[in-house]
Amino acid sequence: MQQTISAAIDIGGTFTDTALSIPGRTDLITAKNPTTPQDPTLGALEGLKAALTQADKQAEELQRFIHGTTLATNALIERRGAETAVITTEGFRDILEIAYERRYSQYDIMLQKPDLIVPRSRCFTVKERLNVHGEILTPLEQSSIDAVIKQIDASGVQALAICLLHAYANPAHEQQLRTAILKRRPDLYISLSSEVSPEAREFERLCTTVANAYLQPLMVEYLTRFELEFKQLGLNCPILMMTSSAGMTTLDTARKFPIRLVESGPSGGAVMAAKVASQSQLNKVLSFDMGGTTAKLCLINDYTPKTARNFEVNRAARFIKGSGMPVRIPVVEMIEIGAGGGSYAGIDRLNRIIIGPESAGSEPGPAGFDRGGTIATVTDSDISLGYIDPTLFAEKRLTLDQGKARKAVEETIGQKLALDTDKAAYGISQIVDENMASAGRMHAVESGVDISIQTMIAFGGNGPLHATRVARRCGINKIVIPPNPGVGSAVGFLDAPVSFEIIRSQYSLLNSLDIDSINQLLEQMLIQAREVVSCGAPNAELVSNCSAFMRYHGQGHEIEIPLNGEQLVAEDLGELLEKFETEYAFQYSRIVPNMEIEILNWAVKVTTQESVSEPLSAVNQRQNTNSAETRSIICDSTSEPVSASIYHRSNLKVGDSFTGPALVVEPQTTTLVSSDYQAHIDTALNIIMTKKEQ
Amino acid sequence: MTLNQTDLQVMWDRLLGVVEEQGQALIRAAFSPIVRECGDISAGIFNLQGEMLAQAVTGTPGHINTMAEAVKILITHFPVEQMKPGEIYMTNDPWIASGHLNDFLLLQPAFLDGRVVGFTSCTSHLFDLGGKGMGPDGTDIYDEGLFVPPCKLLENSEVNQLLLDIIKVNSREPIANEGDIYALIACCETGVAQLLTMMREFNLNNLDDLSRHIIETSRQATIESIQELPQGTYNYVLPVDGYESEIELHAKMTISDQDIQVDFSGTSGCSKYGINVPLNYATAYSVFALRCLIGSDIPNNAGSLAPFKVTGPKGCILNSQHPSPVAMRHTLGQMTPDLMFGCLHQAIPERVPAEGASCMYDVPLRHAPEVTRNGGKPFGIELTHNGGTGARPGLDGLSATAFPSGVWGSQVEISESVTPIIIKRRELIADSGGAGEFRGGLGQRLKLTPATDDAFVVFLSLERMKYPALGRQGGHQGATGKITMCSGKTIPGKGEFRVNPGETMIVETPGGGGIGDPSARSEAAIISDLENALITPESAKSIYDYSV
Repeated sequence: MQQTISAAIDIGGTFTDTALSIPGRTDLITAKNPTTPQDPTLGALEGLKAALTQADKQAEELQRFIHGTTLATNALIERRGAETAVITTEGFRDILEIAYERRYSQYDIMLQKPDLIVPRSRCFTVKERLNVHGEILTPLEQSSIDAVIKQIDASGVQALAICLLHAYANPAHEQQLRTAILKRRPDLYISLSSEVSPEAREFERLCTTVANAYLQPLMVEYLTRFELEFKQLGLNCPILMMTSSAGMTTLDTARKFPIRLVESGPSGGAVMAAKVASQSQLNKVLSFDMGGTTAKLCLINDYTPKTARNFEVNRAARFIKGSGMPVRIPVVEMIEIGAGGGSYAGIDRLNRIIIGPESAGSEPGPAGFDRGGTIATVTDSDISLGYIDPTLFAEKRLTLDQGKARKAVEETIGQKLALDTDKAAYGISQIVDENMASAGRMHAVESGVDISIQTMIAFGGNGPLHATRVARRCGINKIVIPPNPGVGSAVGFLDAPVSFEIIRSQYSLLNSLDIDSINQLLEQMLIQAREVVSCGAPNAELVSNCSAFMRYHGQGHEIEIPLNGEQLVAEDLGELLEKFETEYAFQYSRIVPNMEIEILNWAVKVTTQESVSEPLSAVNQRQNTNSAETRSIICDSTSEPVSASIYHRSNLKVGDSFTGPALVVEPQTTTLVSSDYQAHIDTALNIIMTKKEQ
Repeated sequence: MTLNQTDLQVMWDRLLGVVEEQGQALIRAAFSPIVRECGDISAGIFNLQGEMLAQAVTGTPGHINTMAEAVKILITHFPVEQMKPGEIYMTNDPWIASGHLNDFLLLQPAFLDGRVVGFTSCTSHLFDLGGKGMGPDGTDIYDEGLFVPPCKLLENSEVNQLLLDIIKVNSREPIANEGDIYALIACCETGVAQLLTMMREFNLNNLDDLSRHIIETSRQATIESIQELPQGTYNYVLPVDGYESEIELHAKMTISDQDIQVDFSGTSGCSKYGINVPLNYATAYSVFALRCLIGSDIPNNAGSLAPFKVTGPKGCILNSQHPSPVAMRHTLGQMTPDLMFGCLHQAIPERVPAEGASCMYDVPLRHAPEVTRNGGKPFGIELTHNGGTGARPGLDGLSATAFPSGVWGSQVEISESVTPIIIKRRELIADSGGAGEFRGGLGQRLKLTPATDDAFVVFLSLERMKYPALGRQGGHQGATGKITMCSGKTIPGKGEFRVNPGETMIVETPGGGGIGDPSARSEAAIISDLENALITPESAKSIYDYSV
């Protein structure tokens, strides 16, 4: 728990979650209220007031305040950003149009490419050219600046993305251009590729710059208003913003780089899981966050969520890779599939059960919600199988109609495949669980890890319900369900460090590396990152990590190798080689002797030093618990009816042990303890499920 | 469907997952740029009879069918009853594996309780096998590099070191070749391990029921899709540029209520150079095109492929025989979808796209010979770019986009960082898309020049420089491709060519054909094309009769 009074607010698409941590209290105070899409700040104010009232505290007493929002993600998906224009180097007007020259779906001849926000009519060019080393081949021509300003005026845009070739190696032309334009048009929001994403690969760099420029007017306005409203409520500590990379940043940085605010909710969930992993000393974890529309899986190695430098905004249906807009920002790497409680079930023409990606959302919701839905969803299958208590759902705000759920399952699947309702519901479960497990296995393969030795940490409204079923299909034998699994992201915000990460390209071959020039580069990057972090955490102790992205000459994938310190010395090179080979051998079984090694990118990450979690004390004594309350459910491994014990999570104490089949009920979710699992409660009140010995 | 059948579906999904995982792992570990950029690999799972049950959906269609057939041939060389655990078989025979020597196919039996229960197989493109390398200028297969007949790569789990040494010593890139072969081995082994894990999880001791379910369901659904088409025989002739002379590709397509048969009779004979196509490869691209329009939602396996039958007279350029040179078999292979669409269009005009650039504009280049002789650093890169696709029914074509191949375009900043070249321009060419109610995709113009005093040599094997992509139903043809020097000199589309310092080479990729009469194009679409400068005001006036 934090040593300060801290509040976290996560504004999601449907709900706004608030979590409040008070020193001296072991539990968190949480609130969940509907998001107010017209003015999200209102819902956030409501949530905080409700939590403060419960805790009997005032806004003035808050010492830490963290905010995450889906606003940036949604603005990109729903295309609610500003009119934006692009300026690139002469001869390269079509970086967006040409993109990867590729169709994301092999057999789909009717496919439409992702909409990359800026049409060709608003893509302008200026005469200038740098080479790969950042040396000027053609100086930036004044007359072309004048011409481009006229084009910008005529286009009526509010925001501008500037991305000149090789600007990552030398930002001078981009900066000159910005200065010249701002002199004439001080009202424009301008994003430079050399600041937003200084990495080689012009297409992704431009996309990232476009997305940033597109979001900036909207997010600046939103953040400014949010800050004002909360100040008026009495908040007098700074507001920190949750980013996509499991860290927080200041409002000022958020205004400058709003693109880094996308996917902050899921990244909060990963922080929460990492914290649980660290307390429980679990160094290989797969987090499993299943909500209403999607499931997200993330690998957490040594208490650190796996990060990536790529993210795709707004993938087309079925979450196909390559069907979205690529942005290069530091993100927690997750695999996301269209499988949630609300995902629709159906039958394809091969008579196969298919699940999602379309979802019933909150309106009409699953058929069992009795709000007019008639198509079976995953939740309807779970209700039909008896896993969800109709009277104890969603803090009793909603009584489920088991009859309607069963009817939907029968009509959507049962009749068409000549299966009785239980078997049809079981079929839906088998397929959706296999889909999620398959996504997890694929993610593990792509990351070079063995999924079966991971521990699963499950949360989200449906994660605890499907955890054993997905784990079994991945060969995973141990599952942790943390407390407050329904508001995992907001809980995660409370534990996130203030951090900032910068990645820059400077191409070098390992055996002819110019150490001085790399050291200069690293130093500049560190200064910049420290400045950002210090603003958000003025007196905190900072930690920095530098790394190199290395690959064999000509290979497509780089491997991130940590550096020893902040500066390279000659002796480090041998060690870099050694670390690269070790990591390469680990991921691909063997190294390639005598192959030249190249380094494309350098990264620095500065973060506040977080107190190391105390390992949990062991459970001194386990006591077998029993429950008088039982319900008949369909066993998820044999498909036969069995009697499951019902436990209420709030009544479970440290050391309580029980065996499946059982259901653990709490306000926002239910944990299914399958018949081949046993469970106990650890000293942090996590539910620990382990596979029974066969 | 009984509950048992949901189990079967889960297992089918699992197999599809396994082959995708295998494919991804292989792509990640690969050295050949073409593998990484185009996903030029394949991975599949087979039953005891050698029938394919699942295949990874990868970037290039060249492995569809080829792998399904190759495994059947390989198990005649290595009878199942003589197979032993720890063995892996391999070949790069173009007429077995995938049409040229660079593609190596591996096959591993999966043993459960001492018996073979199935196989995994994978294919990957190796970087270099000696000979004349990746170019069309070899005059027989012996010119094109090392030929490895079906052999045991692994015996008693030990790699045949002599074999590996031979492959290395015959290559300009021995280390990359070795790396790629080990990646293939790892891919096979992973597939076998996962297949066995699945069989144990579901308590299977053979794949019979699962195979029957997968193959029968897929075959039946495919036949149902074929039955939706008007039966009949449809002929089409596609003239293409060729190398030393122009070539005609002929197809006779017969759609019956059970299958689709394609016959290449009438197609021109082989070329002297390496643009000849083994039938397995021509079949792969042809069936790919058919499956884009017919049952594209059914996964590739022995059942979904069975109703498509492709034949051609031996010795025609789409059924070239040993020892014809075949290194650049993809140049014409990629044209066969337009040949198929030409037939299908007669049957289902409302569903077929216009012709497109089709052949990828691949520009492999490397240092001129004197560069290394003078002590300079060797360099090389394979730039992959594309023209426009044909207009689709109801939709414009895609500009500068690969079809039928799935290659990724090279990014300028990366190309310039790994090779001493400067790319001075990469932009769409206005008016290059064929006009029509639905416009063809645009081609692009690239300008390349040496960045230093080092000259480079390019090796071309390109199409659609003489014969443009035709439109349909009154739609216009796309622009042809073109290679020129800044001096104005035109360069032929096939063969070797040198670019000296100070010279600039200009590559123009072809545009796609249009669909429908241009007069039917909506005003909104014309205005949008003008605003986006995809067409010029002149052609708006002359073709669409639209004035600003």
